[in-house]
Amino acid sequence: MGNKQTIFTDEQLDAYQDCTFFTRKEILRLHSRYHELAPHLVPMDYTNEPDCKLPLALIVDMPELKENPFRNRIVESFSEDGMGNLSFNEFVDMFSVLSEMAPRELKAIYAFKIYDFNVDNYLCKEDLEKTLNRLTKEELTPEEVELVCEKTIEEADLDGDNKLSYADFENMISRAPDFLRYI
Amino acid sequence: MPRRGAAAEEVGIEIDEDVSDSDDGANRRRANRRQAGGRGGGGARGRGRGKKADSEEEEDEEEEAPKRRARGGNKRGAANKRGGGKNDDDDSEDEAPKKKRGGAANRRKGGKAQESEEDDSEAEKGKRGKRGGKKGGKEEDKGKGKKGDAKGKDKGKDDDKDKKKKKKKDDSSSDSSSNSDEEEESMSEGEMARLMEEVEEKKKLIANIRNKPWRMKRRLVLLREAQQFVDKFEGALGKGKGRKWYAYKVMMTKKWIKFQRDFENFRTACIPWERKIKEVESHFGSSVASYFIFLRWMYGMNLVLFGLTFGLVVIPEVLMGLPYGSIPRKTVPRAEQDTAQDYSVLMDFNGYCKYSVLFYGYYNDQRTIGLLKFRLPLSYLLVGIGSFGYSLMLVIRTMAKNADVGGGDGEEGEFTFAWKMFTSWDYLIGNAETADNKYASITTSFKESIVDEQENQKDENIHLRRFLRVLANFLITCSLGGSGYLIYFVVKRSQEFANRDDLSWYEKNELELIMSLLGLVCPPLFETIAELEDYHPRIALKWQLGRIFALFLGNLYTFLFALFDEVNSKLEEEQSIKNASIWAMKEYYANYSRLLNDTDATPPPMDPGDVIRGPCWETAVGIEFVKLTVSDIQVTYLTILIGDFARAVIVRFLNYCWCWDLEAGFPSYGEFDISGNVLGLVFNQGMIWMGAFYAPGLVGINVLRLLSSMYYQCWAVMATNVPHERVFKASKSNNFYMGLLLLILFLSLLPVVYTIMTLPPSFDCGPFSGKTKMFDVIMETIDLDLPAFMGTLFSYAANPGLIIPAVLLMVLAIYYLNSVSKAYQNSNMELKKKMQMARDEEKNRRNNKDSTNQVMKDLEDLLPNRSLSPPAPPEPEKTPEPEAKPTKTKPGSAGKGVNLQKDVALASSNPNARGPVDRPPGPRGPGPGPGRGRGRGRGPPPR
Repeated sequence: MGNKQTIFTDEQLDAYQDCTFFTRKEILRLHSRYHELAPHLVPMDYTNEPDCKLPLALIVDMPELKENPFRNRIVESFSEDGMGNLSFNEFVDMFSVLSEMAPRELKAIYAFKIYDFNVDNYLCKEDLEKTLNRLTKEELTPEEVELVCEKTIEEADLDGDNKLSYADFENMISRAPDFLRYI
Repeated sequence: MPRRGAAAEEVGIEIDEDVSDSDDGANRRRANRRQAGGRGGGGARGRGRGKKADSEEEEDEEEEAPKRRARGGNKRGAANKRGGGKNDDDDSEDEAPKKKRGGAANRRKGGKAQESEEDDSEAEKGKRGKRGGKKGGKEEDKGKGKKGDAKGKDKGKDDDKDKKKKKKKDDSSSDSSSNSDEEEESMSEGEMARLMEEVEEKKKLIANIRNKPWRMKRRLVLLREAQQFVDKFEGALGKGKGRKWYAYKVMMTKKWIKFQRDFENFRTACIPWERKIKEVESHFGSSVASYFIFLRWMYGMNLVLFGLTFGLVVIPEVLMGLPYGSIPRKTVPRAEQDTAQDYSVLMDFNGYCKYSVLFYGYYNDQRTIGLLKFRLPLSYLLVGIGSFGYSLMLVIRTMAKNADVGGGDGEEGEFTFAWKMFTSWDYLIGNAETADNKYASITTSFKESIVDEQENQKDENIHLRRFLRVLANFLITCSLGGSGYLIYFVVKRSQEFANRDDLSWYEKNELELIMSLLGLVCPPLFETIAELEDYHPRIALKWQLGRIFALFLGNLYTFLFALFDEVNSKLEEEQSIKNASIWAMKEYYANYSRLLNDTDATPPPMDPGDVIRGPCWETAVGIEFVKLTVSDIQVTYLTILIGDFARAVIVRFLNYCWCWDLEAGFPSYGEFDISGNVLGLVFNQGMIWMGAFYAPGLVGINVLRLLSSMYYQCWAVMATNVPHERVFKASKSNNFYMGLLLLILFLSLLPVVYTIMTLPPSFDCGPFSGKTKMFDVIMETIDLDLPAFMGTLFSYAANPGLIIPAVLLMVLAIYYLNSVSKAYQNSNMELKKKMQMARDEEKNRRNNKDSTNQVMKDLEDLLPNRSLSPPAPPEPEKTPEPEAKPTKTKPGSAGKGVNLQKDVALASSNPNARGPVDRPPGPRGPGPGPGRGRGRGRGPPPR
């Protein structure tokens, strides 16, 4: 590494490279972004894997996520504690999955997690209502929301348990023409 | 781990020996097989011992696959239960001594060595128990200890099998007359193959690890292990050069995707007004956007017409034709010259405008002009016909293409809401304004779908509905008939009035007044009546369009009627002038030759402005159309300015000081009038088609109009209108608009073709002056410019004997194609039904099936570990642990127990979903007690 200050060892970089869809440079850039979020918290030296986490509030303020209606959910589903505190590992993980190189299956899994607001591995009606309200900024009337959620479940629910399991979700999303384009 | 390294070396040596010694291909193959078995299946597999016939072996593999999977699950469970504070370091530590032992044993001798080798593999998988039945003793104890109770049953079964296999092996070994040395070789060779496979497996894992839905920590740890493993054993098996190639490939894929995206962006950027239209669409729905898309399409078509007309007619005339003032038809007559530059005259397209390149009369009848010998008259006629041909072709092609797209409507219905819900957000949006637009568009599209859905759900009184619809249609037919009769009546009266002089103001303008009154009253009336019908707004729009279209046809009819009257009177007038001018000319020549005794036909020394000339009905018609178009533009723009903009301003600002709520109450803001605008556009285009032949400049005016109207209306709709009450989705194919356009095209084709084919062109103006019919110019070209045989060919082709069969043939072809398309439609419907059935079936099937699989478990694993969540971010003991959940749990931890049990259940309940059978059974990793993660690594998420 040509950097004066060593952020990662070569092995670490290689490992990250193998584990994500990023190149060396991109990983270093990610680190600098991560570092910028909280310069006093995040050390520059990551060679000995310091333990440090950034809270949700800092991360959702990134311009990449700022306008996203699901920003909190995204960060939460990538954080191990479910509260939205991200370590650098998880941070890299998040952007790797969101990168355009990530395959459809991987994205589908995380998309499912993102939409799963109450974290029970099923998309139930409340999840859908929340999703819908975020998508439309609560511009639909409650009846309309009700109707849309019912229709969604009716369309995609294959096993008739009135909530969407991952299998249902995957089946539905795999046929969506727009999915890869947008997520 | 030095010890482990040593073990590896030993193994490596063994392998080398094997390779050098082995000369028996079959042997090797067998060994491979056995090794594969040993790896993947654990105990059950390992006992294959490679002495079975190949086919048998294969069979075995097949039937054992599920079992193996089940075992995998069990093993994981067991490992978890055992749980022991072992992280992976411990594992490898554990494994190392065994390995060594195994290696030593290997070197020792024959069957014994083999056993211990087997031992090793099993140990690595944490499946020691299975060997128990065979070997007993210490090994068994250990295995049991590790495996836990869950394993017990399986183990017993495996042991049985074990024994059986062993026997088999012995038999086969005796059969194959291979001595013990050979045995040893094949075995170590097997070891090599196994290793190779394992390394391959690891490599695959390394390559794919980024695709696994695991937490980063786990990925990192697994990666490290895999790399260590590969590094260790790769030396013995030859360097792997896959990684570089893989990296290269990844890079290229990345580049390619980027390029595609850029290209897509570029292409979108090339479509004019795409952003504007999208913006309108996001706020007003696709129905309003469909108007703008139609407008854009029109603009494109008119650009081509413009190119044709200006490129082949107007510009050659300007560049190469005679200049203004050279001949009478290019000069303003003396009587008009004083006022020719007045603004009011110019605005009526008289004066200089009339004698300009914009109109038919300006063109000269010279056969060729300029140095290039450009045949302007011929070009004029061909462009006139070509414009129609091009328009027809384009409209029909677009309709056909749209019909194609429309076919996709049905299957799209499957997941309308779900897709909208989950895939509509564009995760690349980072701009607040774009995000707002996106929110609006998502809301609008939801509303559209909701309207559709409500329409579907409506349960209705079918009889009442039918009655109301019939009633509405009856009323509308009545009013259409009434207005039709009114128009007819008024036109007749106006013909009477034309012969009288003592007309009041009303009588003079009766026709126009009645027409605009009808245009004002009828559309809202129709709309009110249409309320009765209670159609879906999309269908209601179509009805509305059709009805107003019918009404406007009356408009067209009166206009054409008046025009033909004018043309006929002009023709009569022209005839007399022509006679007079010919007479004058004769007189002049007679005097001239008599006085000077010179028969040379020198033209009279007259200023071109003084020459007597005919009324030139073509130019008159052209002017009529241009005037109409311009006044239409003015009216449209003024309507928008007053009806929408002024209204919006008043409503907005007077609302502060008014006694009721203007915004919510009576005047409110205007809605965008889709039907009116579309029809305006369609009829305007009809005018262009009809008028373009007589006024080539009309196309240019129209292009300007469409261009300005795009910006103006986009602005107006965004600034002054409110979305419709029920935003509805326009049908994907706006074929209805196209159908109207086609109808208008046909209607406007008729009069033009009629005039070209039957009316004699003016004798002193236009490119066809002096000919009896306009199309004579073609005959002339054929006669003069083409070789003679072409002329005869054309005369044959024009023979009725040839034309009638051709027409018949075309009719037959149409009939045939029609029936074919009907058949296709039927089969399409059948297929759709079948698809629906298949879907239902799938639903039922899934209802009865436990749909848990590997992905489910991965999801489960990704659930946030609440117990870990600290209020304060940094917690020292968390990060260093590579696998927080499984490794930190102690065997007895009750809280985890439940979770793990679930895991076990998930793993065993649906063995089929756990990964493809054809995959070589993978290594479990080098540790005796693999972490949970390793077990996970086996089954990739089903694709």
